[in-house]
Formats: sequence, structure tokens, C-alpha cells
Amino acid sequence: MEVPYIVKEREDTGLINSKLGIWVFLASEIMLFGGLFSAYIFLRLAAAPGEFAHWSAELSVPLATVNTLVLISSSVSMVMAWASLKLNDFPKYRMYMGITLLCALIFLVIKYFEYTGKFHHDIYPSSSTFMAIYFTLTGLHGIHIIGGMIVMLYFWLPVGSKMWDSQPEHFANRVEALGLYWHFVDLVWIFLFPVLYLL
Amino acid sequence: MSSKSHNHDHHDEGFIRKYIFSVDHKVIGLQYGITSLLFLLFGFSLMAIMRWQLAYPGTPIPILGFLFGESGTLAPEQYNSLGAMHGTIMVFLGVVPLAVGAFGNYIVPLQIGAIDMAFPKLNAASYWSYFVGGVIMISSFFMPEGAARSGWTSYPPLSVFENGQTFWLISMVFLITSSLLGSMNFIVTIVQLRAPGLTWMRLPLFVWSQFVTSFLLVLAFPPLEAAAILQLMDRVAGTSFFLPSGLVLSGEIVDVAGSGSPLLWQHLFWFLAHPEVYVLILPAMGIVAEILTNNTRKPLWGFKSIVYSMVFLGFCSFIVWAHHMFLTGMGQAMSAFFQTTTMIISIPSIVILTSYFLSLWGGSIRFNTPMLFALAFLPMFGIGGLTGLPLGLAAADIYLHDTYYVIGHFHYVVAPGTIFALFAGIYYWFPKITGKKMNEMLGKLHFWPSLIFMNGIFMPMFIQGLAGVSRRLADGGESYAHASGVLQWNEFMTTSAFLLGISQIPFIINLIMSIFSGEKAGRNPWDSTTVEWAAPSPPLAHVNFDSEITVHHSAYEYSVPDSKKDFIPQTEH
Repeated sequence: MEVPYIVKEREDTGLINSKLGIWVFLASEIMLFGGLFSAYIFLRLAAAPGEFAHWSAELSVPLATVNTLVLISSSVSMVMAWASLKLNDFPKYRMYMGITLLCALIFLVIKYFEYTGKFHHDIYPSSSTFMAIYFTLTGLHGIHIIGGMIVMLYFWLPVGSKMWDSQPEHFANRVEALGLYWHFVDLVWIFLFPVLYLL
Repeated sequence: MSSKSHNHDHHDEGFIRKYIFSVDHKVIGLQYGITSLLFLLFGFSLMAIMRWQLAYPGTPIPILGFLFGESGTLAPEQYNSLGAMHGTIMVFLGVVPLAVGAFGNYIVPLQIGAIDMAFPKLNAASYWSYFVGGVIMISSFFMPEGAARSGWTSYPPLSVFENGQTFWLISMVFLITSSLLGSMNFIVTIVQLRAPGLTWMRLPLFVWSQFVTSFLLVLAFPPLEAAAILQLMDRVAGTSFFLPSGLVLSGEIVDVAGSGSPLLWQHLFWFLAHPEVYVLILPAMGIVAEILTNNTRKPLWGFKSIVYSMVFLGFCSFIVWAHHMFLTGMGQAMSAFFQTTTMIISIPSIVILTSYFLSLWGGSIRFNTPMLFALAFLPMFGIGGLTGLPLGLAAADIYLHDTYYVIGHFHYVVAPGTIFALFAGIYYWFPKITGKKMNEMLGKLHFWPSLIFMNGIFMPMFIQGLAGVSRRLADGGESYAHASGVLQWNEFMTTSAFLLGISQIPFIINLIMSIFSGEKAGRNPWDSTTVEWAAPSPPLAHVNFDSEITVHHSAYEYSVPDSKKDFIPQTEH
């Protein structure tokens, strides 16, 4: 026997298990980043006036803007990947998932150059409270990107996507759950960008 | 359900798949149960060593003294380390995994008539994450300077300057991950996998309590994870999230970036740790509800108000955290807010406890072992709860903060409260799990001494605390004149603690002996109404039930007028 409601919705709740599961997981993620954002607010309020703005000026707004666009594009291609599955077009799914994966990689490469640029100027997490929270928040966000990429790669390569042949609906649901997670990771960046770079 | 999966049911699984890396919720529940009971025993032993030192300062510790250097006594750092690990192990590795991981995993799917949890593999991942976290925590004892020693609260700045703390933090990340995976799973399981006919108001209270608990874990633990990440950064990356500028350590200004805030940690920590208190107590309340109604043979008084109170309790537990911080000088407005919410949150607790007491009225009570533990829970939790009220009021708390009064208060809630409820649950569900009943005589030999010695340990703490004796003193307060009048209690408490340890021997014997030679129990030895008793004892591997489960009744239909038996099982048509 198998656990029910993996593919078909339960009538009275209108949900499949994985969709509810991923939403509960995202709620916990909101609390995780929420805790860190409130730490940011707490520390900023306690800091000397202008201290945060001074250190924030060290960051590169153009690079972060490019990264924002890259991530937004990846969200769009993620939706397209899922939609392609719903339209029964597997080759297109592979293309769009590949684009999403590529966007995530571009984001990380740009982030790598940002980080090393700071290290070359002897700026480290220990340099100031702002840099500490900057590296912590973007680092944790980066780990979430990597986590997403691992799952994307699994669903892109035949080892994960062969499920499409035997259980297409189940596979599409998995991609949908991954998509929800990915949009959340993008959304976190949408908050990080103004909070760290612009304010 | 795919048709080809049917053939897989009858595959023989190897020993490792079946008992070690199993995905069956029952095996995982037992793994959680055995591991957490061992951790409880270990945490208890740490406390026993500390209590020896408090009663007989300067006298070498018997048997284990060689572990602590030549003197055979605890140095203050070692005492702190044992205290920190006692708290951490008891809360994060003992009681919560037993209440949620073990009981929740084993009982919840059975009580809702499901074949397993919604995500069996995640469930196994949750246990193994807990296991790894536990191993890391224990291994920190072998660090050059020993394990973490800043209490289970790990307040910076002190905690940031200890090597053992790194292990504590890494271990916490694993434990938090474990509880996130577990509680996500519970929420989905309870929402999605209820048997046909099992509507929300027909759910047993144990399921309700696990449901609310899971939300607390999902929403309250991540901020502590955030805090643990920040403290880990402070330890390994040289940041100063929690270190203020101009911090002086051993007479010298510490070379750190500074401008951090130790208070930030306290806020993030207590944002978890207050809901955590309800994580400790809610499953206990759920277990007690099951056992009370079963052994009074009448419906629970105020079922709906208990459900609403549990939900309200869960919600309110998120807005009371700073009542742990009245002494930090956070300001009167903040204190006023948090002491008001603290008074409000006591109302649902009292509604629940009152309903339990009223449920006893006019019942024909069966005084078996699970019922004795459940009955003892009521006054013990009552004492624990009521002694908490003065701590929730800023004015009284300023005097009582960090004294033994606080220790007495929360131990009454957790030790003779939650742990008694967990014992009750073990005696109650043992027949379902093994197919055998536990021995009543040994059960009573376990209960009565435990009740007496629990009070022997914790009641004098109120006396000492009211006299102003501080907690976390390696010499128990000998160096303070104001403590001299009440320190004679230390020997009494230590003796009680050792006798409490001895009182657990009948339990351990009972647990092992009954598996082999216990009286055979059928499906429903307690004449209970809830769904888990419709399964064979023990329930079938992977599918639990041998018949289709449909629910036709509310949870506790005992002594219904004009019915032939004094109970109507939920599954009966």
C-alpha cells in the first residue's frame, strides 16, 4: 500500500501532500530569514548613525542589479518548465529547466566575484556589523541557491526525470514543489537587495 | 495508489532495512523512544553528579570522581558544563524527542487511521538528523576544555569564548533540522491522512496536541537556527553579532569588531524557547487526556474548550517570550506588554487543567498504573503552573529571577509534569506496541516512590529560592551568608534524587520483562474508543490495520446511555 494523496487531491482539503508540505516548509523558511532580518533591524537601530550606510556603500549596486534580473529570469523559466510539463512537452521542459539552472549558476558566479572583490580589499565578516550580517544573509541565501540547484540538476538529468515516463503527474507535482521553493529563494533576494545594497 | 505497488508489500526486508534504516513510522517511533530514554538517563546522571557536589561540597564524587581530575570534585567550570549539558540534553535530546518523536510518530498515524506518515523517508531523515545531533552533542565532552558551559540558554558574550560551544551550535542545527522535518510531516499527516469520517472535532486530543505542537516547532525553531548561525559566525568568522564594543574579559579589552548586542541573542533564543515550553507540555496534556477519559469511563468534560484552549495556547506562546528578560532593563512598556500577555496565556492552561479535574467528577475511576501517573500529572503540573505566575510579573520576577525558585517552577512542569505524563503514555500504549501488558505491581512500585521523591527534590527548591539562593553555583551557595539558613535542604534533595534514580529500576525491569513474559493483551485491553485500538497489537508492518478504517463517532464515547457496552469505538458502525 502507498500513502494516499500523492497525485490526486484529497477531496475535503483540496490538497496533495507535497504541496501542503512545501508550504509548511516555506513557512519555516520565512521564520528563519525573518529571524535574521529582525536581527538586521535590531543591529541597525543600535548602530552609530550612518554606520550601516557607510559600509553599504562598499557594495556594488550594478552587480546586484544584474543578479536581481538573473534571478527574476530564473523564476520565469522555472514557471515555463512546469507549464511545459503540464502541456506534455518534455523537450521544452528540459530546455527551460536548463535555463533556470544556468541562471542560478550565473548568479553564483557573480556572487563569487562580489565576495572575492571584498576579500581583496581586506573586507571580511569581522570588519563590521554590517559586513557580518551582509555575509551571513547572502551566504545563507547562497546555500539555498545551491540546494535548489542540486534538486534542479536531479530533475534535469535522466536519473530524476525518467519518472516522467512512468508517473508524469507525480513528476509534474515534484517540479511544482521545487518551483515554489525556487520562487521563495528569489523572493528572499528581492528583500535582500534593497535592504543590503540600497538602504 | 498504483496497482503494481501491491506486490512490494510482501517482500522480505533485510534486518538493516527493517530495524535500522526503516521508513515505517512505528520503527522510527521506537528508535526515537529508545534513544531519547537513554538520553534522559544520561541527563539524569549528570544531574546526580551535580547534586552530590551540592550536598557534600569538597567530598570526592563516588565511583565517577576520577573523571574530574585529582580532587574528585567538580571544578566550577565542570559544574557549569554539566549543568549546561543536563539542560540541553533533557530538553532537546530527551523530553521533546520522546514526546513528539516517539509518541507522535508511533501513535498519531494510528489514531487517525493512516498507514504511515505522509512522508516516510523524511521521517527517517528526521530521526537520523536527531541521532547525528545527539552524537555531536555528546562528543563535545571530549573537547580539550570540555562541553559547552553557558547553560542551555547559551547567553553571549560568555558562550562565544568557549570551544565546546561550537559543537553545541552545530549539534543544534542538526536537532532543529530534525524537528523541522518531523513537524512538517506531522502537519501534513494530520491534515491529509485522516481516515474517512474522522472530522476535526472527532480527532482525539493527543492528535490535536501534536498538531499544535508541530506548528510551534515549525515556526519557533527557525529563529533559534538563525541565532545559532549568528553565534557560530561569532565563534568561527570573528563577527560581533552578540559582542558589544569595549568588552572586557579577564581584565583586558577583547579585540573584536564590537557594536553587537548580547540582548539580540536573548530575544531570538526566547522566541524559540518559550514556545518550546509548550512543546514540552502540550503532548503531555494530550496523553493525559486520553488516559483520564479512558479510566474514568466518561467523556472528557469540555472537549471543545480544551481544543480551542490548546490552539489559543499555541498562538499566545509566540508573544510572551520577553518575560524571561525582565532583568535586562528593556523598559517598562515592554515589561508591561509581556507581563500582560503572560497573564493571558495562563488562562487557557487553567481551562485545560480545570476541564481535566472536572472530568474526574462522578467517574468510576480505574486506578491502574497509567491512570496513577496521569492523575499525578494534574496537581504536579498545577504546582508548576501556579508557581510560574509570580515569575511572569515583573515586580516579583526581579526578586525571584535566577534563583532556585525558577528551577523548582520549571522542573515541576517538566519532571513530575511532562515526564509523568510520558510514563503514563508508555504504560498505556505498551500493550499496543508489544502485544503484552506491563506488570501492575512493578508499575505501582515505580509510581509511588517516584511521586514522593520528585517532590522531595523540587519542593525544597522553592524554599531555597524564596530565601534568595541563586542557581548555577558550583558550591550550592555556601559562600553566601543569606543562603546559610536553607542549605541544609541540599542533603535532603540529593538523597531524594538518588532515591528517585533507584525508583526507576522497577520501570526498567518491567519494560524489559514484560516484552517477554507480560500478560497477553488483545487489540483493546483498556476498552478504549480511539482508532489505534482497532489495529492488531502490535500493528502490522507498513499498513497498521487489517481492515478498512471508517470513523463514525466522536473521540470519547464512554458510558453512552442505552448502549450495551460502556464504550463505543470510533470505528464501530
